[in-house]
Amino acid sequence: MTYFPILSFITFLPIVGMIFILFIPKTQATMIKSVTLLITSAQVIAALFILHYYNYSLGGINDPNSFQFMEKFRWIDISGFSWIGRIKIDYFLGIDGISVPLVLLTAIITFIATLSSWTIDKQVKGYFALFLLLDTGMMGVFVALDFFLFYIFWELMLLPMYFLIGIWGGKRREYAAIKFFLYTLFGSIFILLVMIGLYFSTSETLADGTRVFTFNMLAMMNPHNYNQFGILSPLNPNNLRFIAYIFLFIGFAIKIPMFPFHTWLPDAHVEAPTAISVILAGVLLKMGTYGILRVCFPIFPEITRQLVWYIALFGMINIIYGALCAMAQKDFKKLIAYSSISHMGFVLLGMASLNSLGISGAVFQMFNHGTITAMLFLIVGVIYDRAHTREIDAFGGLATQMPIYSGFVALAFFAAIGLPGLSGFVSESFIFLGAFGFGLIRILTVISTLGILLGAGYMLWTLQRVFLGPLKEKWSALSDLTFREYAMFIPLSLIIIFLGVYPSAMLNLMNSSVNSMVKFMADAKVIYSSLSGF
Amino acid sequence: MNTISLEYLVDSLKLIKPEIAVTITLVLLVLVDLIMNKNKKFLPYIFIGGLTVTLYFIIAQYCTSSFAFNISKNLGMVIVDPFGNFFKILIAGSSIIIILFSMLSNEIKDGADRQGEYYVLIAGMILGMFFMVSSADLILIYVSIEMLSLSSYVLAGFDKQAIRNSEASLKYVIYGGISSGIMLFGISILYGLTGSTNLYEINSLVQASQVHGFTYILSGFLIFVAIGFKISAAPFHFWTPDVYEGAPIPITAYLSIASKAAGFALLIRFVKITFIQSVDPNGFWHLLNIIDWKTFIIIISILTMTLGNFAAIWQNNMKRLLAYSSIAHAGYLLLGLAVLSNEGIAAILIYFVIYGFMNLGAFLVVMLISNKLGSEEIDDYDGLGSKAPFLSVSLAIFLVSLTGLPPTAGFIGKLYIFLALVDAKMIVVAVIALLNTVVSLYYYARVLKHMFLSDSTKETPAFTTSISSIVFVALMLAPILIFGIYFTPLVDFAKSSIALMGF
Repeated sequence: MTYFPILSFITFLPIVGMIFILFIPKTQATMIKSVTLLITSAQVIAALFILHYYNYSLGGINDPNSFQFMEKFRWIDISGFSWIGRIKIDYFLGIDGISVPLVLLTAIITFIATLSSWTIDKQVKGYFALFLLLDTGMMGVFVALDFFLFYIFWELMLLPMYFLIGIWGGKRREYAAIKFFLYTLFGSIFILLVMIGLYFSTSETLADGTRVFTFNMLAMMNPHNYNQFGILSPLNPNNLRFIAYIFLFIGFAIKIPMFPFHTWLPDAHVEAPTAISVILAGVLLKMGTYGILRVCFPIFPEITRQLVWYIALFGMINIIYGALCAMAQKDFKKLIAYSSISHMGFVLLGMASLNSLGISGAVFQMFNHGTITAMLFLIVGVIYDRAHTREIDAFGGLATQMPIYSGFVALAFFAAIGLPGLSGFVSESFIFLGAFGFGLIRILTVISTLGILLGAGYMLWTLQRVFLGPLKEKWSALSDLTFREYAMFIPLSLIIIFLGVYPSAMLNLMNSSVNSMVKFMADAKVIYSSLSGF
Repeated sequence: MNTISLEYLVDSLKLIKPEIAVTITLVLLVLVDLIMNKNKKFLPYIFIGGLTVTLYFIIAQYCTSSFAFNISKNLGMVIVDPFGNFFKILIAGSSIIIILFSMLSNEIKDGADRQGEYYVLIAGMILGMFFMVSSADLILIYVSIEMLSLSSYVLAGFDKQAIRNSEASLKYVIYGGISSGIMLFGISILYGLTGSTNLYEINSLVQASQVHGFTYILSGFLIFVAIGFKISAAPFHFWTPDVYEGAPIPITAYLSIASKAAGFALLIRFVKITFIQSVDPNGFWHLLNIIDWKTFIIIISILTMTLGNFAAIWQNNMKRLLAYSSIAHAGYLLLGLAVLSNEGIAAILIYFVIYGFMNLGAFLVVMLISNKLGSEEIDDYDGLGSKAPFLSVSLAIFLVSLTGLPPTAGFIGKLYIFLALVDAKMIVVAVIALLNTVVSLYYYARVLKHMFLSDSTKETPAFTTSISSIVFVALMLAPILIFGIYFTPLVDFAKSSIALMGF
């Protein structure tokens, strides 16, 4: 294994690019775009390197020895007085089978989004600088293992996103941007609060034998690291872990977005420029579910077990509600946005099953949703660039006018519905198999399957209204895909088809980690019930 | 009480070298102003020189812990301790920034022939604040507050031509006069009950007799009124928006940092020394059971931040917005005191350093913009992002830091306040404070919206900023970004400064 700090490289490369871009004169738009493209392609290559050297047999989750590409340095170390103790924050990065797919996804999606941003011509320099800053924030969230660091990256994304929607968005961009900003900040203050509570409840032993409070997430997963009197300590009979779990869950659920915290999403999506919608749906939404898997589940396993039914319930509501809303939309982009809500519900359902099938399905679905929805938003972007409208009923018969484009559309739509042979099918069926196997949530699972039906309904109906039937006169001048658009669609399509035919490529990657997670959650039942006897 | 010998006096004078240095600077400023007559350009440099010497003296005696001007063997009127020295550095440092600030301000330049008075009055404020943060005697507290107040009343109305300046000054005088009258009333009650004006003596008397009673509560609250007025805590904040809007921008910025810092130092000292019983090994204070300071301060602080934040939402003038935001920040700072622990005090000190940089920075940019646009209305900021990119981005960073988002230093300040709160198990209070942060985001983001998101409706040309201004802004910006990522030195500094004389 190499000792090259590849995770720091992949995380901070965009910041370096951003600083570089700030020194390029404003007029050199092409140069700015090329630098961004170069940076994001370097990121893809780095991600492939990680994939190549990744050891499939190590589990990760709560065991610091089986994380890979770890980097751990003392970042903040404040010698304390007797009353506050030493404050120690580590710069701690590492990945396991849960984060690898998402690191890969982030690299791919930002690369595609850069291509899609090529049409930006307003304040190019500012756009790409913010874009790269956002990139660092996203990548950082998936590789950070220290809660403090995780939180810094988590918040780092807010501001660039606010500006990217607010400056380069559509008509109601100001409203959408501030709504996004307020909602997500509202969520993250809860995360902050729980983070501080956990900090005062856990401690780890340093090499010199002193015990210090810690932000280390892996230390928080071990009940033996907790203090007797910490407010979030399972050893404390009057602990507030239940409330903290709800807070934390809401914090992450806003990002997913889970019903009833979803209302920011359609606004943000409709107003955001295409590339930002792609990032938003492709990567940002995954942070919510990733956070739940990485933080909520292993740090609060006993409460997770109590609440799985509710998690599955909200998953079900997301699936059905999102699908019904999607069906009612007249705006193409809004339809995709609501379908996103529906598809993220599957992830919640899969996680709630707490078995290997369900959790692999959930992680796999995160990746697949990332690629498929990214493609769907690109599709909307292509038609909007040409026709300057997104109203579904305004179109018709585009299949004859833009045959190649329609081919890609059909592929993406069928993948979203979950047609066998395409990647969405595998993850959705894993989720259903897993969730059905867990007796407690079986009924919810059965109801959730309706979502597939509804999904097929609105997708096919849209396909019919936009692409089939007679071509309307005014669209006879629309041209088919350009070279740049091929470059965006082809990689995504290949991934979708490849993972549909050969899903093991992705499933093997996450397998050991998912198994560790399942085992950890099962063991926790015994460990935590013995603790409550204190 | 024995007669004070000359030796005693000399020993005491050695301990107040910083104050002496400020006094000499003040006299020097008056003399130079008279001698040089029309030529005022040396004044600020003399002032900065004097303050640098002052800073040297403060740092030289940083770790000293002693009384000066003793009334008996081990009690004195003036305290020299790291806590007081910390605030003296903060005050002297912000004063230097304000002087540089004033050199760039159009408002001050317009009153060129009265610049002598301007700097002398600032020196007077500094002297008042220095004694405020280090006094252990009710009389000295009162005198130093008056010294600070009288100078600042005049400075708030410095520009005689502007009506709003005079209005600000008059309002300030009226409110200030009443509040100091109330304080005097409180002091006289306390003196009547205990027969002493020295805080330490009062403390030991009260401890010994274990008194209770309404009169103690009344006197404590009455004294709090005047301090609450200085730190603009609700419900004594009504002067703040009017004075902040009316006064020249450098003075507004100065009031929002230095005079607030002095007020907080005084409040902490007064509460801790007068009412303390013991400090436990975890750093929590056990106060005498006379006044329930904890509940009282929690109520005041929640009221202050909520009022400040919600009122700020409706403001259209940038100075007024920052005035309300400074009220809200006073609320967060009060939470650090409400914890009643050493950790809370450390959090306040950390917050003050960061708050100093970000608030002064924000006012600085507002002033530079106002120099060019001639307006502080937020609506006039439309499209500023493309016209003055450097200033707009800087202002954005300062505002984001005021909101408390990482990776800016403002986050670290808030983090320490919340660490102290959670450690003291005051979870509900922490939740209220955090929700307040979300509210504050709305009005800070509104400024961002006008600068970057809205297109300009008026035809104003792009404007350039002088190199010196850019360097100055960049110097204010650097700590915000550096402390946001690496805050070890700052926290170490604050932690070594929480030692109050005697406890």
